[in-house]
Amino acid sequence: MELFLQQVISGLASGAIYASLAVALVLIYRSTDILNFAQGEMAMFSTYIVWQLLQNGAPYWLAVGITLVASFLAGIAIERVIIRPVEGKPELIVVIVTIGLFILINALAGYIWSFQVRGVPSPWVARNIALGGVRVSVSTLGILAAVALVVGLLFVLFAKTRLGLVLRAAAENPEASRLVGIRVGWMLALGWGLAAAVGALSGILVAPILFLDPNMMLSVLIFAFAAATLGGFESPGGAVLGGLIVGVTENLAATYVDAIGADLKIIVPMLLIVAVLLVRPQGLFGHARIERA
Amino acid sequence: MTRLNLADPVTQRRVKAVGVVVLLAVAVWLPTYYVPYRVFQFTTVLVYAIAVLGLGLLTGYNGQISLGHGAFYAVGAYTTAILMEAGLPYVLAIPPAAALTFVLGFGLGIPALRLHGPYLALVTLGVAAVTPPLLKRFSGLTGGSMGLSVTKPAAPEWSGLANDQWLYYLVLVFAVGMFVLARNLVHSRAGRAMIAIRDDELAARTMGIPLARVKTRAFAWSAMYAGVAGGLSTWVIGFLSPDSFAVAVSIQFLAALVVGGLGTIFGPLFGAAFLVFIPNVSQDINDAAPGIAFGALLILAMYVAPGGVAGLLRKGWIRLITATAPRPESRPPADPPSPPPAGTVAPADPSADDGLTVDAEQ
Repeated sequence: MELFLQQVISGLASGAIYASLAVALVLIYRSTDILNFAQGEMAMFSTYIVWQLLQNGAPYWLAVGITLVASFLAGIAIERVIIRPVEGKPELIVVIVTIGLFILINALAGYIWSFQVRGVPSPWVARNIALGGVRVSVSTLGILAAVALVVGLLFVLFAKTRLGLVLRAAAENPEASRLVGIRVGWMLALGWGLAAAVGALSGILVAPILFLDPNMMLSVLIFAFAAATLGGFESPGGAVLGGLIVGVTENLAATYVDAIGADLKIIVPMLLIVAVLLVRPQGLFGHARIERA
Repeated sequence: MTRLNLADPVTQRRVKAVGVVVLLAVAVWLPTYYVPYRVFQFTTVLVYAIAVLGLGLLTGYNGQISLGHGAFYAVGAYTTAILMEAGLPYVLAIPPAAALTFVLGFGLGIPALRLHGPYLALVTLGVAAVTPPLLKRFSGLTGGSMGLSVTKPAAPEWSGLANDQWLYYLVLVFAVGMFVLARNLVHSRAGRAMIAIRDDELAARTMGIPLARVKTRAFAWSAMYAGVAGGLSTWVIGFLSPDSFAVAVSIQFLAALVVGGLGTIFGPLFGAAFLVFIPNVSQDINDAAPGIAFGALLILAMYVAPGGVAGLLRKGWIRLITATAPRPESRPPADPPSPPPAGTVAPADPSADDGLTVDAEQ
């Protein structure tokens, strides 16, 4: 039982990391209808910025703060410069552009920082706290708290502020929004900026665990895609829940299903994606799209 | 001497036939001139070209995106290696690899029927990602992380060729066969059905095209191409390990296809050449330089040349035709408008245009 609870809790921590990347995917999908295959690489690049700032002697949280702002701006720039020309084009073209972005960012990171594996310090104290018989590490709690904070802020932004309302309107109905004077183009760019920042968080949180190298985020991306698919690509809340479910499932499967084990964990999100897409393509909280021909 | 009239379809076909013959002649001549290392690279180009061509059948002609062809490539490679280990002559080790990947492709094609566009890309990306750990898991068969090594095919005495040359010609024979097969496939009824589905699924269904059958078969053929290429890569390299089949392989195939030219037969050849030679040119700058070049090319191609290299060549070809065409008034009035070019660079069917946004100016 204790092992079980322990696995559930550490599953929640990795789930929170997947959730933050999944929320990034959902933010972009909602506003621009794009599955951003480069999301993980964007997060990886942000994590390198943190690493670089730390190397230059910046305090940890300052480095993170600077990076989140930089990622936000970079996300806006990417949307305006690279994605804008292909918005609304056939799916194949859009997918290929995000794959191009994936390759480009991956190689840029390799170019600047080399493909060598780097250690990133953990901001959390290496200690365990006993919580009702289960020992929980501070880093697990820290990760959960950080993701909860950021997702909470996003919720407040979208649900309680005028800007959030405008953002949702632009995503929901671009034409009507334009008619009432919303600058839809900038709202979409803003969505990309927010996504880049939230995604960056996942990279920063996972780096002390996985170690930093340009290919670090690929498996995280697949878990995040599973989370977003499960939650429904249109629902940020669903993505968070999906992330937690994926994290816990992955951990339990690796512990209790011998055929999977630690080395084949990656098959869990893969099967989840296939199952959800085939059985309930809109995910848990998405709306079924009615196609009118 | 009379002026070459390129507007004449017969002349067009002749010019293209000459082009293909020249290309083949160059291909046959290459290994007699270059050093073994270069020959090895040319062989690799041919191997990649087969895989990319297979992906092109699926993505370029049928509109189904796959980011997982590295998995079929891996299955082909491992099947061939395991059979060669078991003592099967190397040539006989390829057909089982082809058959197995054909079946697997058909199998993946079934769930793919319900996944469109980016979602299919997502699922196939997942397939690519689980391939290396799966290969490691079945270590009894695959040798695990240590990989497998096989004896490369050696040139028989009678041929008088060096080993690298022999290997090159073997792969060339396969490549020519696979290109001819692909060309015939896309010009057949099945190929036209594939193209029709890519361009408009609903319309295709209305015309009575059996969607499921055509799409799953396209997947199967496409996977078989990747499998054969994988098998040939085993001959060429003589060693395989799970990490040589990482997700990057699948992504590179797609990149090569797009840069070479979606929806064209010869585009994959250019794309494969890029895959092999861009690292060659740019690696001196930095390990990451090829990736930067490829990423940038991929994005740029989507903006300015969705038809890739082959698409650009076709544009040039059409411009040449327009430039050399006799003036309209000299043409007999009953003359039908000249059909679009057929054969080497461009498929005959105008709808076989890549269907993206390229429109050759008329």
